[in-house]
Amino acid sequence: MDLSPIWLTLKLAAITTLLLLIAGLPVAWWLSRGRSFFKTIIEAIITMPLVLPPSVLGFYLLLAFSPRHGLGKWLQDAFDVQFVFSFQGLVLASFIYSMPFMVGPIKSALQQLPVSLSQASYILGKTKWQTFKSVLVPNIKPSILTAIVLTFAHTLGEFGVVLMIGGNIPGVTRVASIAVYDSVERMDYPAANTYSLILFSITFLMVISVFVFNKYQAKSPLE
Amino acid sequence: MISIAIEKKLKVYQGRQVLKIERQFPAGSITKIYGPSGSGKTTFLKIITGFITPEKGKILVDDSTWLDTDLNINIPPQKRMPGFVFQDYALFPNMTIREHLEYATTDKDWIVRLLLLGKLDTLIDHKPIHLSGGQQQRLAILRALAIKPKLLLMDEPFSALDPEMKTELIEELTIVFKEIGATVLIVSHNPQELEGLVDGELLIV
Repeated sequence: MDLSPIWLTLKLAAITTLLLLIAGLPVAWWLSRGRSFFKTIIEAIITMPLVLPPSVLGFYLLLAFSPRHGLGKWLQDAFDVQFVFSFQGLVLASFIYSMPFMVGPIKSALQQLPVSLSQASYILGKTKWQTFKSVLVPNIKPSILTAIVLTFAHTLGEFGVVLMIGGNIPGVTRVASIAVYDSVERMDYPAANTYSLILFSITFLMVISVFVFNKYQAKSPLE
Repeated sequence: MISIAIEKKLKVYQGRQVLKIERQFPAGSITKIYGPSGSGKTTFLKIITGFITPEKGKILVDDSTWLDTDLNINIPPQKRMPGFVFQDYALFPNMTIREHLEYATTDKDWIVRLLLLGKLDTLIDHKPIHLSGGQQQRLAILRALAIKPKLLLMDEPFSALDPEMKTELIEELTIVFKEIGATVLIVSHNPQELEGLVDGELLIV
């Protein structure tokens, strides 16, 4: 039994979640403050993967990062970086595809905090960064944990988008969800069952842990 | 001396009205602000803090200009730093009483003094959720005083205190106001609440 797809999936989900946490917090904060046409456009772009067929997103990423032309060719020539059929391509696709799962809950939580909390901090002479770090983030911890788990779990289950940009290269881009599909194609149901059961167990444990750590205060992913 | 002249359009139940105030407050004075609900008392305080910008106005505090719409001067709240007691207290749910004051100032002796003043010295490790309404309100007052502001703005600061605690606290606050040389503006609904304490009144209608 080849467990490399499981390790690869966990590695991909961990890296994607970490990168999205770093990028998602400031983006969610920026989106939570006021409205403008530009913000609406950015928010729509971030939300698109929720409704866009994964294969469509994967197709456009494949076109954009193809080493034969445009951006992909420039990245290849200038930095010797290739996103198509590589692990970094999976990270990039997952980053884009899972972004709404990180940004959405954090943005909602920030919007629900009373505006007077930030004001009370500013009036003490604190900067926006100090206020964000010491007042806002500590008061939305349950939502941040929910966002981390949702992002991680969603990345575990990616299929269409990673198949389009990464293909099915064992040890490089063959993640667990693709391994399940591949096993079924080969009529190897025991292997498909093992991969599925491991993914199911990991996801279930993660969701349970959110409820335990947040003392049943975390929002259900279905809410 | 604090000199304020502002004009701000307000959306009210009846439609629109203009909040127009022109007033000087002598340094170290205590002024009571009163008026009907929705007349713009809180808006007036928030204009002074810099959270709300009026269409037209000038705010001079001692020698510095906080706001001058003609000259495009609008100092941010972080630089104005008046003390402000919010009507909803705006306490930080993640911080204990001690952490609230340590977030505002590094002066340990001043923190001890404030805790004794607010009678919160035995509750320093409690978070706001575990405090009564009166204790929360006192913490909001102490946090505003922690930065030793030259201008202190208080929005209904004694509404949750029992009469005995209120009288005692007001007496002690008067001493502290003098000590730090603060000019104080207090919004209050209760006509008798600040009797004998204030030097002047401002009616906003």
